[in-house]
Amino acid sequence: MRFGIVVFPGSNCDADCFFLIKNILSMPVEYIWHKQTDLDGFDCVILPGGFSYGDYLRTGAIARFSPIMPAIVEFAQRGGLVIGICNGFQILLETGLLPGAMLTNAHSRFICSEVYLKVENTNTPFTHLCRDRSVLKIPIAHNQGNYYIDKKGLEEINRDKQIVFRYSDKKGEVSRASNPNGSVENIAGIVNKQGNVLGMMPHPERAGERILGSEDGLFIFDSVIKWLEK
Amino acid sequence: MFVAEIYIRLKKEVADPQGLTVKSALSSLGYRNLEEVRIGKIVNIKLEAGSKKEAEREVEEMCRRLLSNPVIEEYQFKVRRE
Repeated sequence: MRFGIVVFPGSNCDADCFFLIKNILSMPVEYIWHKQTDLDGFDCVILPGGFSYGDYLRTGAIARFSPIMPAIVEFAQRGGLVIGICNGFQILLETGLLPGAMLTNAHSRFICSEVYLKVENTNTPFTHLCRDRSVLKIPIAHNQGNYYIDKKGLEEINRDKQIVFRYSDKKGEVSRASNPNGSVENIAGIVNKQGNVLGMMPHPERAGERILGSEDGLFIFDSVIKWLEK
Repeated sequence: MFVAEIYIRLKKEVADPQGLTVKSALSSLGYRNLEEVRIGKIVNIKLEAGSKKEAEREVEEMCRRLLSNPVIEEYQFKVRRE
């Protein structure tokens, strides 16, 4: 089992992901420079957070045309596990692997804080270990995390159980008060229809050790490892 | 040589937090008569093309493939010979 972390110019959470997978989870992991064109030998590919290409034009818009992207699309279509975190999520939206788009946060402020996430779907490779743990504490840090999807698309992702995480309070109560950025229906993370591509604004790689204030991010990585072991 | 001026804006039904922030700043400057402020982008492109039609076709394609995101944005452009 091998994890790959894609590095774009401007990625800045790649080392956090690498550290967590190598040192906390003791799993094989490699960086994948965005100019590479194949993903042979990888079982799970992570698009990390950051500001790829300086967020020019739109977040993720330029990274989406990096040389590695056709291989990621193909990998996803073959059923490979893909996780986009924060900017990685924005890139997956621009690529069309996930539906919707990101807008500037509702109050036009960069938000860096801990949030609680209600796990809405535990039937995914990324969340199946959350069955007895329906609320996760994981930090967010973004300026463009205001998830938007039109009405028809929203009906579709609700119907197909594609919404994986919603911003909630500590008890898992989803309300306007627990929505940090204005996202439609408090959406914090979604999967594609096949369920093998996850995009999420919160940073699970920053919640992997007690010293960081939460270990809840491990539920996601451990789910992936267990899933791949099967 | 052709020059294209491209306007990209958020769709009407999409909220514009940047516009709202600027609106409240304008209000605090004393402009009380504002109904709405919305912010877009302008992209200027100079390009070689065999004809105006060809230039327009190419600019249209650029808008579709990269310059705008059809989920949240719409675009318009004008092309003129320089």
